[in-house]
Amino acid sequence: MSQAIAPLPEVEHQHAVFADGLPLDCGAVIVPLTVAYRTYGTLNAAKTNAVLVCHALTGDQYLAEPHPVTGKPGWWESIVGPGKPLDTDRYFLVCVNVLGGCMGSSGPRSEMTDAEGRGLGRPWGTDFPQVTIRDMVRAQKRLMDHMGIARWLAVIGGSMGGMQVLEWAATYPDAVLAAAPIACAAHHSAQNIAFHEVGRQAIHGDPDWKGGRYWEDGRIPARGLAVARMVAHITYLSEQALTRKFGRRLRGASALTFLEDVFEVESYLRHQGSTFVRRFDANSYLTITRAMDFFDLASEHEGDLSAAFRGTATRFFLASFSSDWLFPTSESRNVVRALNMAGASVSFVEIASDKGHDAFLLEEPEFHAALGGFLRGAAEKAGV
Amino acid sequence: MPEAPADIRYVAKNMRLDLRLIAEMIPHGAKVLDIGCGDGALIEHLTREKQADARGIEIDMAEVTKAVSSGLAVIHGDADNDLAFYPDGGFDYVVLSRTLQAVERPREVLRQMLRIGRHAIVSFPNFGHWQLRWRLLVNGRMPDTETWNRPWYETPNIHPCTILDFTALCAMEGYGVERWLAVDERGLKAPWKRSLRLANLFGEQALFLLRRAG
Repeated sequence: MSQAIAPLPEVEHQHAVFADGLPLDCGAVIVPLTVAYRTYGTLNAAKTNAVLVCHALTGDQYLAEPHPVTGKPGWWESIVGPGKPLDTDRYFLVCVNVLGGCMGSSGPRSEMTDAEGRGLGRPWGTDFPQVTIRDMVRAQKRLMDHMGIARWLAVIGGSMGGMQVLEWAATYPDAVLAAAPIACAAHHSAQNIAFHEVGRQAIHGDPDWKGGRYWEDGRIPARGLAVARMVAHITYLSEQALTRKFGRRLRGASALTFLEDVFEVESYLRHQGSTFVRRFDANSYLTITRAMDFFDLASEHEGDLSAAFRGTATRFFLASFSSDWLFPTSESRNVVRALNMAGASVSFVEIASDKGHDAFLLEEPEFHAALGGFLRGAAEKAGV
Repeated sequence: MPEAPADIRYVAKNMRLDLRLIAEMIPHGAKVLDIGCGDGALIEHLTREKQADARGIEIDMAEVTKAVSSGLAVIHGDADNDLAFYPDGGFDYVVLSRTLQAVERPREVLRQMLRIGRHAIVSFPNFGHWQLRWRLLVNGRMPDTETWNRPWYETPNIHPCTILDFTALCAMEGYGVERWLAVDERGLKAPWKRSLRLANLFGEQALFLLRRAG
């Protein structure tokens, strides 16, 4: 990728602006706060059928419609729609671009502002304050209040989305009737932080990154960001999935040569890297991976995870996938045990799958049946 | 606080008869943990018919998925490893149905049940039944009956006990026996209400309602 790739196209995203801004965990205040979001289905008169879906690290608010930049289907279209587990005939789904993201919410790509909210005519870049998962949740709470919704019927999300779900349940227990953290953990492990750091170093090491000021000459650190994506993508798959999809097959050649691109798995990863850089901002990637690394729900409660949920009336559903080594079942089980200790109502399944961490986004009928059943149970309880 | 046990006989169709007997012991509105809950039949019954707050643990993932898909609060786990993570006195009743003989540490499991719950309801197949005694005496081989139907080298039932063995353990641990029943394989009550020794000879299944020591 030696050629310069133009910055991400400017797309208008549906959004709400909060002029008073958002105070962050780090002490900074973002003024004004912009929250980009999409909704699916219809909010009922009593506003009791709203479900918040939280996206993962490189996801966005385009849950169940063609993506405005890539034109690809929504990332969870398989389970969102009429008659599907996230039934748009029954529920009003809200999906928010996370704080620090690059699809319209306040983040490194949006215009930098001063303390009074005056635009400075340049993007935040690496000057964007470090946000936390809790900051992301607080931004979503602002949108919730703006919509006049007092309580989510459910908050659902996988991976980093699951971290937001846990944070929602711990921070605003009265605003969450049911919580479904999927394929996630209550903290980011040393191994997970290590993989993120490799990705960040790849971005930092790209001369086009220019200390984060790549916006100045209209280039992007495509090489570094693509490598970051390639490393991360390996962690989203399992060895079995890679073997099943690619094995040791060669691409276009019958025997090993020293030409490039010989193994199919290489070409696949390069494709993943090169398409990613056309839709994601490198500084956003740095900001959000850091937010995940900082996440440690127990440390917010003197090291006792169950204290985060003590006395909660929220109903929980956790699911893990047997071949997920990024957020293994043991992590979900730790959360389940903390919830049991807190006396919470919990459902927990480990889905047998060879698809690795990515399984939560893919066709997994048992997972979909369990999530749909849990949600229906919560809806019955709420009279929706 | 849950009400006192009612005498009403609930008829739950499609529910195992021994589960019906257990359901009858549990009062309206109780907080219940069902260990080895299968597809959640008892939990669903208690939730719908008795407005109980009922939750479950099950080791078989296919059963867990079925239960969760019906909207029940069931987790994948097992009696030996997961009970330690529940708080003291978190439940009114903790149920262990036809599972005690299959756990690794039955004594510890009972302790945990009565730590977590004020009451424990335990059912198990009685190894003192006359047919088992007779077969062992006559054939000299491990008994093979409707209840004990797996060969010794692959049975999951690694800790069989008799009704008298069980009451001896309860006495040793200081657990109060509030009620007990001996029933036949299909869960119908057998008529040995007074004598534990007769129940130990003729009861195929035993059902105990225990109370915490002290």
